[in-house]
Amino acid sequence: MLELVLISTLNGVLYGLLLFLMASGLTLIFSMMGVLNFAHASFYMLGAFVGYQISKWAGFWPGLILAPLIVGAAGMLVERFGLRNVHKNGHVAELLFTFGLAFVMEELVQIVWGKAPVDYRVPALLDFPAFTLFTTNYPAYKLFMLAISLAIFVGLFAMLTRTRIGLIVQAALTHPNMVAHLGHNVPLIFMSVFGVGAGLAAIAGVIAGPALVTQSTMAALLGPILFVVVVVGGLGSLSGALVASLLIGLLQTFAISSNASMADLFAFSGFSPQPNTIMNDLWRVSVAQIAPILPYLLLVLMLMFRPTGLMGNRES
Amino acid sequence: MKISRPSRRSAVARIAAAGIALATGIGAAMAQDTIKIGYIDPLSGPGATVGEVGLKTFQFLVEELNAKGGAAGKKFEVIGYDNKTNPQESLIQAQKAVDAGARIITQGNGSGVAAALVDWVNKYNERNPGKEVLYLNYAAVDPILTNDKCSFWHFRWDANSDIKMEALTNYMKPKTNIKKVYLINQDYSFGQSLRAIARTMLKAKRPDIEIVGDELHPLLKVTDFSPYIAKIKASGADTVITGNWSQDFALLLKAAADAGLNVEWYTYYAGGTGGPTAIKQTGLNHKVYAIVEGFPNGELAAARETEKAFRAKYNSTNFYPRAFNEMRMLAAAINKANSTDGAKVAAALEDMKFEVFDGGEGQMRKDDHQFFQPMYLGSFGDIDKAKEPFDEEGTGWGWRQLAKIELKDTMLPTTCKMVRP
Repeated sequence: MLELVLISTLNGVLYGLLLFLMASGLTLIFSMMGVLNFAHASFYMLGAFVGYQISKWAGFWPGLILAPLIVGAAGMLVERFGLRNVHKNGHVAELLFTFGLAFVMEELVQIVWGKAPVDYRVPALLDFPAFTLFTTNYPAYKLFMLAISLAIFVGLFAMLTRTRIGLIVQAALTHPNMVAHLGHNVPLIFMSVFGVGAGLAAIAGVIAGPALVTQSTMAALLGPILFVVVVVGGLGSLSGALVASLLIGLLQTFAISSNASMADLFAFSGFSPQPNTIMNDLWRVSVAQIAPILPYLLLVLMLMFRPTGLMGNRES
Repeated sequence: MKISRPSRRSAVARIAAAGIALATGIGAAMAQDTIKIGYIDPLSGPGATVGEVGLKTFQFLVEELNAKGGAAGKKFEVIGYDNKTNPQESLIQAQKAVDAGARIITQGNGSGVAAALVDWVNKYNERNPGKEVLYLNYAAVDPILTNDKCSFWHFRWDANSDIKMEALTNYMKPKTNIKKVYLINQDYSFGQSLRAIARTMLKAKRPDIEIVGDELHPLLKVTDFSPYIAKIKASGADTVITGNWSQDFALLLKAAADAGLNVEWYTYYAGGTGGPTAIKQTGLNHKVYAIVEGFPNGELAAARETEKAFRAKYNSTNFYPRAFNEMRMLAAAINKANSTDGAKVAAALEDMKFEVFDGGEGQMRKDDHQFFQPMYLGSFGDIDKAKEPFDEEGTGWGWRQLAKIELKDTMLPTTCKMVRP
């Protein structure tokens, strides 16, 4: 039992941190520009594919460095020549722009790399079990993913709270006009934040690609969860995004490891449904089976009872 | 719109009319020239790895049959339609295939898709007498398709799930090392029917076996099975039974390899793309079993020759001996009926006996349109290169045939009440 709890915790934290890598960029972009970027998960996918391509030419490590830079630059171009022009037409236009962009990117990836999953391998250097917990091995690569995610979180947090750049970004989050009046180039800040956000998503893609599956549907599989993270954490809150990411990661992992069902929940009251009724099926669905929809349930509940999210301070 | 001079407008109209006439004329001529087969399976997304191999198999078969002159004087042609493993999308693609002139559709991946297609074909044929469409199923194994939902227009070449489970559990019966069994399956009609029959059969054959877990997970959506593997480990299972296919099998085994899970696996589809590579990673030498209608290392020389040719051409294993049986029997039925008319071909297929890909006689049962054939159980691991020439996915490991299930032992009863036109 302890083994299951510990392993599930590790798995949940890892999944949560991966979500955070993406949600952090999404929430920064949202709070700064007011754009809910539907194409954000597409940058994650693009990161995985670019990383894969570079890994084929030059190995995994150059891919880890170069892919986020390339995707980040692509993100900047999207902001400079796409979003900035659309911005004049209001938020709905921006929303539709990113929505369309997500489809375009998926199609482009399919044209270049095909529709089937590509063979993105874990680097040989990290292809061994790092340690054994009771009887379960924990792969070194997953440990590496954990380390990278944590390092980026710490770095991002330090940059935002301890440096001059962070100060300006934070100021631009809440008072863009004031920052512009003080002589800062606010459009440049916007562009950089968008680029960094895309780059962060790409890092998540590069490190998740070999562990999960690198395929053109990976954006669609993960995209909806990101919005859950951002809403639950509170729009525009970095620490909220971290807490929500970990919460959802752990929630899903532990839900899978549970065997409880509604029937068990009510068993103590002596009430049990008649067998062979329609409700009987519903009654016996285990928590593990509904694990994939739990984040969305959380989203609905959060919007009903605490629309600002866990750590957000404004409604939007 | 700008008003143009009458003469010019009529000229444009005439050219357009000529164009349409030409296009439809060509279309009609081409439709008569070939026997079109609409291949409706995932060619994108998580199911694409198996869908692509299936399409190659049918292309290979079309070439083989055309080299022998096709059937009833016509050549075969296969056209791929991407259904994204989605029942709704499959119906759109089926309509597209039929619009393009196909009177035969074939599909295999996903019994949810298959059930939707059976309904669609039934309705289509009712509304379009004389233009009947046949649905040839090469891999969707939910028993319901040849039982309660059986249709005159549907024929299945893969042994259904109950037949496979019967064979697996018969093999498990004398193995006393099996004490705790864990079931993990995909959450849709096939996975649900598999787990029900596995429970029933294990209870009847080995009541001492404890079922320590019975899991359903979303179909083709899970990318990291580590939480499931942790749960299997915690349950203390020594054996896992799974009907997972495509990436749901490969990723399950990949996660098992990462965690170092040491159990025996009884499977339907361990041989699919990515599966062998993942098994090799687990290091479970001859501990992963599969039940199929033929292994690459089967004994029949002719089958080995075809396997060799297939690998040389596509650099991929031939997973679908059943597709060979399907297409070769289709050609035989068309020749026998001397017609491509759906109803006549269907009548010719009923009760047809046929020498199957891996040797021995198979039979298309008239009562439910289920094809019966000898089945084989094998395990995956190191091979004796002299006797077992084929390894899988460059792993150096291959399939070893352990048991043959004779035709008569695969014949399970059916509840089908066939409605004939």
